[in-house]
Amino acid sequence: MAAGPAPPPGRPRAQMPHLRKMERVVVSMQDPDQGVKMRSQRLLVTVIPHAVTGSDVVQWLAQKFCVSEEEALHLGAVLVQHGYIYPLRDPRSLMLRPDETPYRFQEGRRACWDWSGTPPCRRGLVVHRPLPKSPGPQTPYFWTSTLRPAAELDYAIYLAKKNIRKRGTLVDYEKDCYDRLHKKINHAWDLVLMQAREQLRAAKQRSKGDRLVIACQEQTYWLVNRPPPGAPDVLEQGPGRGSCAASRVLMTKSADFHKREIEYFRKALGRTRVKSSVCLEAYLSFCGQRGPHDPLVSGCLPSNPWISDNDAYWVMNAPTVAAPTKLRVERWGFSFRELLEDPVGRAHFMDFLGKEFSGENLSFWEACEELRYGAQAQVPTLVDAVYEQFLAPGAAHWVNIDSRTMEQTLEGLRQPHRYVLDDAQLHIYMLMKKDSYPRFLKSDMYKALLAEAGIPLEMKRRVFPFTWRPRHSSPSPALLPTPVEPTAACGPGGGDGVA
Amino acid sequence: MATEGLHENETLASLKSEAESLKGKLEEERAKLHDVELHQVAERVEALGQFVMKTRRTLKGHGNKVLCMDWCKDKRRIVSSSQDGKVIVWGSFTTNKEHAVTMPCTWVMACAYAPSGCAIACGGLDNKCSVYPLTFDKNENMAAKKKSVAMHTNYLSACSFTNSDMQILTASGDGTCALWDVESGQLLQSFHGHGADVLCLDLAPSETGNTFVSGGCDKKAMVWDMRSGQCVQAFETHESDINSVRYYPSGDAFASGSDDATCRLYDLRADREVAIYSKESIIFGASSVDFSLSGRLLFAGYNDYTINVWDVLKGSRVSILFGHENRVSTLRVSPDGTAFCSGSWDHTLRVWA
Repeated sequence: MAAGPAPPPGRPRAQMPHLRKMERVVVSMQDPDQGVKMRSQRLLVTVIPHAVTGSDVVQWLAQKFCVSEEEALHLGAVLVQHGYIYPLRDPRSLMLRPDETPYRFQEGRRACWDWSGTPPCRRGLVVHRPLPKSPGPQTPYFWTSTLRPAAELDYAIYLAKKNIRKRGTLVDYEKDCYDRLHKKINHAWDLVLMQAREQLRAAKQRSKGDRLVIACQEQTYWLVNRPPPGAPDVLEQGPGRGSCAASRVLMTKSADFHKREIEYFRKALGRTRVKSSVCLEAYLSFCGQRGPHDPLVSGCLPSNPWISDNDAYWVMNAPTVAAPTKLRVERWGFSFRELLEDPVGRAHFMDFLGKEFSGENLSFWEACEELRYGAQAQVPTLVDAVYEQFLAPGAAHWVNIDSRTMEQTLEGLRQPHRYVLDDAQLHIYMLMKKDSYPRFLKSDMYKALLAEAGIPLEMKRRVFPFTWRPRHSSPSPALLPTPVEPTAACGPGGGDGVA
Repeated sequence: MATEGLHENETLASLKSEAESLKGKLEEERAKLHDVELHQVAERVEALGQFVMKTRRTLKGHGNKVLCMDWCKDKRRIVSSSQDGKVIVWGSFTTNKEHAVTMPCTWVMACAYAPSGCAIACGGLDNKCSVYPLTFDKNENMAAKKKSVAMHTNYLSACSFTNSDMQILTASGDGTCALWDVESGQLLQSFHGHGADVLCLDLAPSETGNTFVSGGCDKKAMVWDMRSGQCVQAFETHESDINSVRYYPSGDAFASGSDDATCRLYDLRADREVAIYSKESIIFGASSVDFSLSGRLLFAGYNDYTINVWDVLKGSRVSILFGHENRVSTLRVSPDGTAFCSGSWDHTLRVWA
């Protein structure tokens, strides 16, 4: 696979799918039948044809995409910020005003230094005209995606023109840039000034309307490519990606890569798949079950702390709390994992197992977790400890694993690594999940917990909204060696939501 | 490698075509069991009401673009990192800054909070992932206790602790992911298979806790077995870089956000893409995605400064949130689902509820 032809001048379009999409929008906005209504705009003493108003742009976008005006305004603003639409009146900042403010669509030009050339397109449509030097259709020159990175020389010429035309038109940051460029390309400054004067002279030969339009186009172009301080730089993309593009070429070329692909595909073809209908039903039941427990979907009682500035919800639902809420106790019934992940739930489950004399199962599982996620250096010690406590004949908390798994585990213990207890752990986990857990849910203990658990009262809206509540900070986990157990309780029938 | 002999080239071509044909067969197999679309199944689900979500907290303090953030398990604290190398720990309920450290590199694109809440991890253009224990001792300089854990050969794009403070999973621009032992810095497992930069990862919430998903510039999302280092499933339906991946709360599926302006849902049991979340008016890439607690809502931050809220089941856009003044670069729902936080290139973080 050859490296491919050199990318066309300008930013690699493939890396900016959003630019191509914006261009499609802009092209359809200029459609003579379906596009935005074009009108002639009177500016000072000149008439500019094929202008659009800000409000027309917003209306068109809202209709075309079936979105609210707010969203349409946002989308239009983005088009302006990228220079695809430019303001005709005082384009100091690229904003879309949803009123009679006139705008125009950015057009094609041959080369930014060729100002004496083609007048702006009369129809306001995209110009496709072959360049004398490069054959083939030319995509609109000013479009952000096709322009090569704006050259310093061009910027210098632009600033010089502004400076010559009328002293004092350069804004602060432009003055700074001008001075900096002057220092940097001092050797070529004569060329800069000469070009600037030439372009100004050529511009004088054009009609007032053309001059105004070109000035606006230019100004917009430079606002996009050299944003003033504080304005977002829409062209910034962050650190280069596909920076291993070179290595990507290598990777795709290597035989190993393809062999691995083939192996993966063969395995994938052999795997069992589940019918979509079954999988998708599972989402419905999952979302349905969890909906009432989802604060952003169903709210939460007594109140969402972020909205009410009251942290009672967090206090009532602290990791280790004496009286868990009803919703919380309900969640223990959703899945075994849910029960184990809640410290309060896990503690109750441990109590239950204790009553059945199978508490060592949970302890064993916990010890295995510690091994799996523990420090590498601890592995041998932890494995030994687990063996002593749970697996050795006559161990204090001997776990009942089937003989085959036990045999394999003991064999593996000769060369301990962090996954050596995986099989045994899974066996015990399944035992608890399939046997002890269902019995726990049916037990009197659990039923009592469910009955005792309360539903917090909804916190009443404050009568005096201007009473400022101090927001309570919580102690940082980094400060304390062990989690603090708050004493807040939530009795049956609900507690007082106001702390 | 580029200048192999003719024999190798022939083998290369035949290998490539074999891979292509197998890939085609796999697509066929996947399609066979696809008997219904998600939005069809979801027709009988009640529509969600009108959503009113607002910014409830604005965290100001970063001097430059915010690139990444993570919640602490205590549901209130947040760690965030930015382009200028600053990493800040906030008590976001009070909006107080609790810790700050300056990394020796710029573009800190990844940061994570340790499960215990006692440490943070971060990295970026330094190609490393470093762990900083959090200390309130005024005499201690946080940077002094810094531990360099991961070493990649290109930028660090994402990092996450596993179930404990002692292991970190990283993703990098060098095309690999890796699992590290924090204390010793030892590489425990590496994951090769992406054909380009890996941009994101997420650990599976499964009960046997052994897999994670990663997304990259090769438009692929890959699911890995942490123990063996093998890729167990791969999905390639996006049209551009995948910026973010996040598991559905049940662990049976995951969502992805990409530069192609779509978010997609992939089911692991059906082994295919099952939903696309897109709209014609959404043109810019999605940089980060996360689910609400029940998995009914998908929050996605976009490069056009907005956040779109999607109904995961019905596939429709529920709400659009304005507020940020530059692209949204990171978004996470809080551990108890009471809010979500977004970080942006406008230097701020916002907590929404």
